[in-house]
Amino acid sequence: MVPLNAYLILAAIIFAIGLIGFMTRRSIIMMLLCIELMLNAVNITLISLSHYMQDFMGQVIALLIIANAGAGMATGLALLINAYRLKKTVKIDLFRNLRG
Amino acid sequence: MILNIIILIIEVAVVLGVLLLHVAYAVYFERKILGHIQARLGPTEVGPLGLFQPFADLVKLFFKEDNIPFGADKFLFTAAPVIVVTCVMTSFSVLPFAAGWVLANINVGLLFILAMSSLGVYGIIIAGWSSNSKYAFLGALRSSAQIISYEIPMGIALLAVLIMTGSLNLSDIVYAQDKLPWGMFIFPQIIGFFVFLVCALAETNRTPFDLPEAETELVAGYLTEYSGFRWGLFFLAEYSAMYVMSSMLTICFLGGWTLPPFLTNLLPILNLVPGIIWFLLKVYAIMFFYIWVRGTVPRYRFDQLLKIGWKLLLPLSLTNLFIIMIIKKVFMP
Amino acid sequence: MSIPILFFSYFALASIVLSLIVVTRKNYIHAVLWTLLLFIHISGIYLFLNAEFFAMIQMIVYAGAILVMLIFVIMLLNVRHEDHLSDLSSLSIPKVFFVFCVFGILALALQASYLNTIGKFSIDVVNTFSDAKLLGQVFYSEANLPLIIMGVVLFVPMIAAIVLAGKRSDE
Repeated sequence: MVPLNAYLILAAIIFAIGLIGFMTRRSIIMMLLCIELMLNAVNITLISLSHYMQDFMGQVIALLIIANAGAGMATGLALLINAYRLKKTVKIDLFRNLRG
Repeated sequence: MILNIIILIIEVAVVLGVLLLHVAYAVYFERKILGHIQARLGPTEVGPLGLFQPFADLVKLFFKEDNIPFGADKFLFTAAPVIVVTCVMTSFSVLPFAAGWVLANINVGLLFILAMSSLGVYGIIIAGWSSNSKYAFLGALRSSAQIISYEIPMGIALLAVLIMTGSLNLSDIVYAQDKLPWGMFIFPQIIGFFVFLVCALAETNRTPFDLPEAETELVAGYLTEYSGFRWGLFFLAEYSAMYVMSSMLTICFLGGWTLPPFLTNLLPILNLVPGIIWFLLKVYAIMFFYIWVRGTVPRYRFDQLLKIGWKLLLPLSLTNLFIIMIIKKVFMP
Repeated sequence: MSIPILFFSYFALASIVLSLIVVTRKNYIHAVLWTLLLFIHISGIYLFLNAEFFAMIQMIVYAGAILVMLIFVIMLLNVRHEDHLSDLSSLSIPKVFFVFCVFGILALALQASYLNTIGKFSIDVVNTFSDAKLLGQVFYSEANLPLIIMGVVLFVPMIAAIVLAGKRSDE
């Protein structure tokens, strides 16, 4: 039997990799991908806890997260299309003027 | 343990072998039927009645030159046909061909088929992108838009089946139909059957919807740069996908390997015929319909294709879902 | 080593390596395809946790819809990787330290979150009824509010995406 800690540490590692990617990669596409990575790490945590605590609420929240990920990705990509039309680039550094 | 694995491998090999034979002869049947539709004979030269034609085609494909275009992404270019074939072939592992004749009787068989058909899109997208060619690229873009659009009505049509059965296991779906007096799900959900039939045509890139490989405008779509055996793999995947979709229609709407109970009560002798025969008969009836459609219906324009998907099939499938919900609530509590 | 541990260690190692590969790719299409492989491995991990319905949803929604959408946009915009402003150049020590802190907090806090309470859905119950059926029962009884919220969460960005992306560029 695989211990619960193994799943949780795996999820934490994937989350950390996604976070470091999100902070260092400078293109919007890669940042969206890294967000998906982090959301997947959260899903692993929720589902492993749901299995070990024998409660289905974890899976319910994980499904909610998947819906959220889809929603976020759709909105993010719509914004990306508009941003690309304006600046002809996907690099986040060139959108500095959004700071106001 | 080891013995189980060996038995499983033999089963997989048998299913794959029989399947490949069927796919080879599906091509032969298609050419024959199309020939007769167009008032000619089709293949007649190789063997009696041209029966060895598929093998001749195979040998020809093997010895063709294998060409990788300049500037192509080599790894993805070679991986794309393998992805397509793997995704289609994996679908067969959960299809029940007769009572108990299934490689993996899993609880989520229906979702597995949907997952595999949505993974198959990647092969097409990668093929188009890695070819480094305008036509292939346009074909891949069209294909991904088409397959994503048509997956939604297909899923909703299958939801109605799930409401009637209450299980995602494909064998359970067939058993649930056997309990009905008329033995098929097509009767209350004829709209769902129609939606699934049209979506199956679109998902497998068959003729009224074969926009991704429209010869008149895109040379051959995502297949443009492929040649020889790699092209053969795409061809194999397309015909195998036709079998998967026909099997899904048979299992979900036409009662799988069972016959309607009123028929077997009328003629009890039909019970002696093994179930696989009925399954194959139903599958080949749908395959014939596919080929018939190819012989008669012209190709749609791309905007018409998307309009049909979103403005006709999606509302129809939702209507079907609504009707089935009411039927389930009122007549089958 | 028993077979479950062997399989789990393969899937865990593979997903860690794959996520490292994903965040370091330069070519966007390659990054998305490696992500696809990563998601398939993660759905393999879900299969170990008796969540077969969730494994399939992971494949259909993440691999079949979200990533296809992303790849579709990349191909539609025809974004090539841009070599100037090279990636990973902004990797600095404070950032690495911050990520390590987050990792440590997560790893420790998650261990503490395990309450050792046993709910009513034991492995036997999940095996007799199926995972999907039980999830549906939970969804339509205790967890109906999350279901409604999910509907709203999916409905609002649908309108947002149509309004934002469907805008015709007049110039």
